[in-house]
Formats: sequence, structure tokens, C-alpha cells
Amino acid sequence: MDPIFLVEAAINGILLGGVLALLALGLNLIFGVLDVVWIAYVDLVMLCMYAVYFVVTVWGWPFWVGAVAALALGALLGVSVHVLIISPILTSAPINQLLATGGLLFFLQSFATFLWTTDHRSVRLTLPSWEVAGIFLPATRLIPFGISILAVIGLYLFLTRTYIGTAIRAVSQDREAMALMGADPRRVYLVTSAVGGLMAGLAGTLLIFQYAVHPFFGGQFGPLTFMICVLGGLGNMVGAFVASFIMSEVIAVGGVVFSTEMGYVIAFVIFIVMMFVRPGGILTKRS
Amino acid sequence: MLEIGNVTAGYGHFTALWDVSLRVDAGEAVAVVGPNGAGKTTLLRVISGLIPTRAGVLALDGTSLTGMAAHQIVAHGIAHVPEGRRLFPALTVADNLKMGAFLPAARAHHAESLERVYTLFPVLAERHAQRAGSMSGGEQQMLAIGRALMSRPKLILLDEPSMGLAPVMVLRLFDLIRRIREEGYTILVVEQNVRQVLKLVDRAYLLEVGRIRMEGRAAELAEQDFVRKAYMGV
Amino acid sequence: MTVGRALGAGLLAALVLQPLIPLGGYRQYVLHVAIQVFIWSFIGSAWSLMGRFGLVSLGHGAFLGMGAYTSVLLWNFFGVSPWLGTLAGVAAAVGIAVVIGIPCFRYQVIGHYFGLVTLAVGEVIRLLIIAERDWTAGSLGLTLKAAGGDSLWALQYANKQVFYYASLAVLLAGLWVWHRLDRSMLRSALEAIGEDETAAASVGIRVTRLKLGVTVLSAALTALGGSLYAQYISYVNPDTLSGIGVSLKIVFAVVLGGMYSLLGPLVGTALTTALAEGLRIAFGLKFLGMADTIYGFLLVVFIIFLPSGIYGSLREAFRRRASPPAPAPAVPAKTTA
Repeated sequence: MDPIFLVEAAINGILLGGVLALLALGLNLIFGVLDVVWIAYVDLVMLCMYAVYFVVTVWGWPFWVGAVAALALGALLGVSVHVLIISPILTSAPINQLLATGGLLFFLQSFATFLWTTDHRSVRLTLPSWEVAGIFLPATRLIPFGISILAVIGLYLFLTRTYIGTAIRAVSQDREAMALMGADPRRVYLVTSAVGGLMAGLAGTLLIFQYAVHPFFGGQFGPLTFMICVLGGLGNMVGAFVASFIMSEVIAVGGVVFSTEMGYVIAFVIFIVMMFVRPGGILTKRS
Repeated sequence: MLEIGNVTAGYGHFTALWDVSLRVDAGEAVAVVGPNGAGKTTLLRVISGLIPTRAGVLALDGTSLTGMAAHQIVAHGIAHVPEGRRLFPALTVADNLKMGAFLPAARAHHAESLERVYTLFPVLAERHAQRAGSMSGGEQQMLAIGRALMSRPKLILLDEPSMGLAPVMVLRLFDLIRRIREEGYTILVVEQNVRQVLKLVDRAYLLEVGRIRMEGRAAELAEQDFVRKAYMGV
Repeated sequence: MTVGRALGAGLLAALVLQPLIPLGGYRQYVLHVAIQVFIWSFIGSAWSLMGRFGLVSLGHGAFLGMGAYTSVLLWNFFGVSPWLGTLAGVAAAVGIAVVIGIPCFRYQVIGHYFGLVTLAVGEVIRLLIIAERDWTAGSLGLTLKAAGGDSLWALQYANKQVFYYASLAVLLAGLWVWHRLDRSMLRSALEAIGEDETAAASVGIRVTRLKLGVTVLSAALTALGGSLYAQYISYVNPDTLSGIGVSLKIVFAVVLGGMYSLLGPLVGTALTTALAEGLRIAFGLKFLGMADTIYGFLLVVFIIFLPSGIYGSLREAFRRRASPPAPAPAVPAKTTA
């Protein structure tokens, strides 16, 4: 095989990694830090992508309005999921969260099919593209990459430097003790859910640049996003960032060497093995 | 300062406290002693709001705390160092202390409070970047107390501070509690180590099977025959 | 004979005799729906063998797909009888269960982490089926090669009644297995493991071995169900027989009916099938996706409000009516000082 294909695949892998990193950020906050399971996370992203589509392509508003709509919708969805679904079952076994949000996943994907059919919708944006040594680098891929780096840094600082960020890190370890600090644990969960939802909105805004949205978008990226969070170490923002690129490279290069599906199969198998070997993630020591 | 009147409380169908009344005046150190299962921890959890009362009242400096949620009671100036420390194990010492200062009023004085805690407990300053879960029992207890101090409380509740500590550590711990007392904090401590705690406090209550059996000045209680026999192995 | 037993016997008699009731043109349709209910209830029961003990798998599509595709591929390409093909499928599913189960249980991957691993496994199988499109025709699915007439060897019959009785027999066998496990010492051991693995191990329970055992059993039965379904429908497709979609549907049906009771999966499957058929009859293809939408919504509602499912909750309600509640335990929830 001509090595240029491998190089191109590797570069595409890096750009895909930027996308995955963006998706993983919000989920890592909810699942990794708060230890709450939203299986339907990427389906929330899907809804935000539809929001941008409707605002920009169907109703003709400028892109920034669509972005604001997506961010607002994301935060609203995050809070709603927590209040309506998670909060009632927070004290029971975590598997219930998996099942309940699994129901939500089903609901969202099917309802979206019912409302908007399985047609792929995209937002037309003319943005520049550069060519370096025969390889295309479109802005639609570079911008999400850049923003995901900024978002990782931002979230990291938020979680480590601010009071509420530290509280978010603490509450999953001991809810009662959190109350004894004068912080209402329910508010901490709410704030986290809003931020997590906001990140979903951010991901949706940037993903609509390069992917068409359809009801089963979550099926495409959902399981992968979870695996990246686990691989990078639950709650570890930097780890998830690194893991995104590892996964994306495996998928991109594997996809070129074998087939698209095999690329994903290899990535999933790596995840399964990692769960046995290092359930804390690649950047942590085995407990 | 703290007034508890006729409080009855428990878990599910089980009643742990029956008609309990006690008071702690500003600047005092008061102990609640009694055997295992007497309800001492329940009492503190009721005061800090972790458990609701079924009957009775709680008041701090005249303000009623009855029915308030735990995080609101902290805002009124009661800090609870729970049984078993209940630190955030994956957070560092510094972050645990930071959580102690979560209240807006406490945040404003974070640096000052931190200074104070590090002076009282130099080992915490040394290990400020260490994960709380990896520290020894004695160090964890110091961190737990330090964390409570960060909220700049009026009243500190200490639940079994000597539990699980080696005898040498226990002596050091009570010295430290004495020092905190000297700084002006009001303390209510629940302890099984009757001997040590009666040396530390002004007054004490004896709680047995959910009821207050006795109360008095610490020295008087220490003299009581049956207290000596039952709890001090004399 | 108790009321319950009498009702059960009556129901069984009704099911056995049902095909003989004159139903005119609806006969085929009723048989078709009944067969679906029997097979999917069987599969749901198999799933609940694990689910009721806290081993919640979201990847049973893997076993289903392995069972179905193995027997179909062996028949289509090598003329191997589905009797043997099913055994091969079961063996393959058991193989997967062992390969995934041993490390999972050795390294204590439990709870929602276990759920995620099974999810990954289910997706791996689905993707592999699609990837090997030269054999499996990928997403288009594979049709069972016709044997040219009724044949026991090929397990193909034009007459639905045969499949009706076959699937009923398989369902009864599955319920029997469930019942035997429920009555055995293993059940207590597995429940102990579900509550506290470390404590269970400390009293001598062979945790890994038991968990593996129930997983293997569940996998084997699910694969059997998959093969049987493939034989009946004569068509397999990676999206209907593997992956997260079908895995969640199985879970939903069992949760709806009740995970902890013998007839829960049957009740749940009957209800979801009735719902799907009802919607299809009422609206045709107009409301594509509406059945799944309702499933999803109901799953959320049930997890929150009725975790024992419909059948399970009714059973509990009857029990409480029959005998007054025991006096409250003297031991408090938490130890006090």
C-alpha cells in the first residue's frame, strides 16, 4: 500500500480525534467525574445538531444564532435529564441509570426518526481548506480541533481551580460530606448537568460543520465516546483527550488497512481489554 | 448557644433518641459519653441536619434550626466532623480544606483560615498535595478537623475523634482539641474514650439507650462510682 | 392444587389447544405473533437469568447473532443441518461468554462497567457480521437457503403449527431451567454475590465460577433462541439480531414484565409484542418509529417507578394482600454510637 494513504489516514485520524475529544469532554464530566451514566449523551448532541440545522438552514438565521441555540438547548437538556430521570434513581444501583438513559436513547432516536425521518441533514458552510504536501486540511476539521483543545484546558481549570469545580469532583466521593461543607449536593449535580449539557451543545455546534445529522448519529459515536472516557481514566480530562486520539488513529488507520468496520472492531476490542487490564484508564495506575 | 429540646429521632421504624435535651454555652467544651449504640452519633447527625427530628426543637443563638437541611445548618455556623472522618479520599489535602471553605462567608477568608489550620497542624502543610485517602488515621483526623475549621464555625461537633487511633495519637489529638478550644471555639464532642474526654471538657452528658441519664461538670461525672466502674475499668 | 397452579395448567392447556380453535383467516397471523412471543420470551428469560442477579448485560445481541448466523451460514454454505448448526452456534456463544466472562469476573468488572463491556461485545459482533460481508452479505442480511419442502433435517416447515409447538416447547424448557435455578442453592449464592462479592467469597462461595456458570447458561440459551428464530423467519440481519438495539429491546421487555419473576419476561414480551402489533395495525407504516419511541419512554418510566415490572409489582401487591407485613426490623439501617 502506498505510504501516502497511511499518512493521510493518520492525519485524518488526528482530525477525527479532535471531534471525539469534543464529544468526550461533556460525557467525561458527567460519567467520569460525577459518576452518573447518561448512555444517551451523544443523542443529546444529536438534538443540538438538529437545532443548529433548523435555526440556520431551515429558518435562515446566521450561524452564531444557531450556535447559541444549540448551547442553550444543550444546557436545558442536561438539566432536564438530571431532574426528570437521574435524580429519582440517584440513590439506587447505578445500573438503573444505565437502563433509564438507555430508554431515553431509544426514545430520542425513535422520536427523531418519527419527526424528521432518517434523512441526513447538513448545514452548508463555506470555509477555507488548505493543502499541505498533497493532504487536505479543511477548516471544518481544524476549528473543532482547536476549540476542543481550548475546552479541555478550560474544563481542567474549572475543575481544579474553582470551588464549584472542586465540589463537582468531590460530590461523587461522598454526598453527605458535601452537605457538611455547606454545599447542597443537589445543586452541585444540577450545575454539573447543565455544564455537561452545555458541552453537548458545543460538540453539536462544531460537529455539524463536518457531519450530517440523522437520528442514529448516537449509534455511530455513542459507544465510542464512552470507551474514550474509560480509556483515558474516568474524570481525567487530559487522559480522555489523549485517548480520543489513540482511538481515532486506530479507527482511521485500521479503516484504511482493513475495512471501516474492522477499524471500529479493533478499537472496541482494545477498550474491552483495557477494562480488564486498567479499569482506571490508561493514565492511571492499576488500583 | 446551642439549645436542644425534647428531641426524638431515629431511622425508619427504629427510634434512637428519646426526648433528649441538652445545651452548650458559648466558649464551652461539652462531652456526650455513653456506651455503644446509645445514640451519640445520631445526636450529632440530628444537630448537623443529616437526620430529621420526629419531635423537639433545635436552636442556635436563638435561631431555630429545626427542619433545616444540613448545608443550611453549616451556613449558620455549625461544623460537623463526622464519625469516620468522611474525607474526600481522591482529593488532596489542600482540596479537602478548600471544600471546607465552600461557604461564601468562609471563601472570603480562605487564605487566612488556611494559614491558621497549617499552623495548628503542620503535617497538613507538609502533605498539602497528598491524596487524603493515602494518609494515616491520625493525619486524616487532623485534616477532618482542619476542614471543619475552614468554615469558620461557631460550634464544632466532633464525633468519636479518637476512633481507630493509636494511644499515642489519641493523646496528641486531645492536646490539639484543647488548643482549638483555647482559640475560642465552642465544642461538642462525642467520645467513647471517657477518661480522656472528661479531662478535656467543662461539662458532660451521659447518654444511654437514647436517653440522657446524667449531666454535670466533668470532674463530678468522673467521680461517679458507676461511671468509673463501667467506662473506665476501675 | 392451588389457584396459581390451576390457572397455570389452564393457560398451558389453552396454549396447546389454541391452534385447533377455528380462527379462519386469522389463524396464520395469530400463530405468527404467538411464535414471536414464545421465542422472544424464551430469550428474555435467558437474559433474566443473569439480570436478576445484578449481571445486567447490554450485549445479548452478541449471543443472539452468533447463534443465528452460525446455524444459517453453516446451512447455506456447507449444508450442515440446523440441528448441528444450532449446537455450533451455542458453542460459539458460550466461547464468547467464557472469553469475556473470565477476565471480567477475575478483575471484578461489575455493575455498570460490566454493562459497558457487554455493550462493546454486542457491537463488536454486529460490526464483524457487517465487515464479513462476503459471507454474511453485511447489512443486507442473509436469507436461509430453501430446502425445497418440509424437512426435519433442515428444520424448515411451511406449516406454522410446527414452529408453534416447537417454540412453545422451547419456552417451557427455558422456564423450567429458570425455575430449577430459582429453587436451587445456587440462587442464594448468586444473590449473595449480587449483594456483596467480597462477603460472599469470604464464606466460601466460588464467585468467579458461579458468575461464569450463569453467564454461560444465559449465553447458550440465547443463542438457541437466535437459531430458532432464524429458522422460523428464514432471514437474518445484523441490526435485528445483534447490536445495542435488540439488546435493549430484550432488556426492556424483561424490565416491563419483571426481572425477578418466572413469568415476568413472558408478560413483558407479550405486552411489547402486543404494543408493536397494535401500532402497526392501527397506523401501518405511517408512524415509523412510534413503537420504539413508546418503548423508550416506558422503559424510563418503569425504571423510575416500577423497577419490579408490571407482573412483578402485581405479584408483590397480591402477596402483601395475602399476608400482613412483618413487624419492622429492630436493626437500624446504620450502626449508631
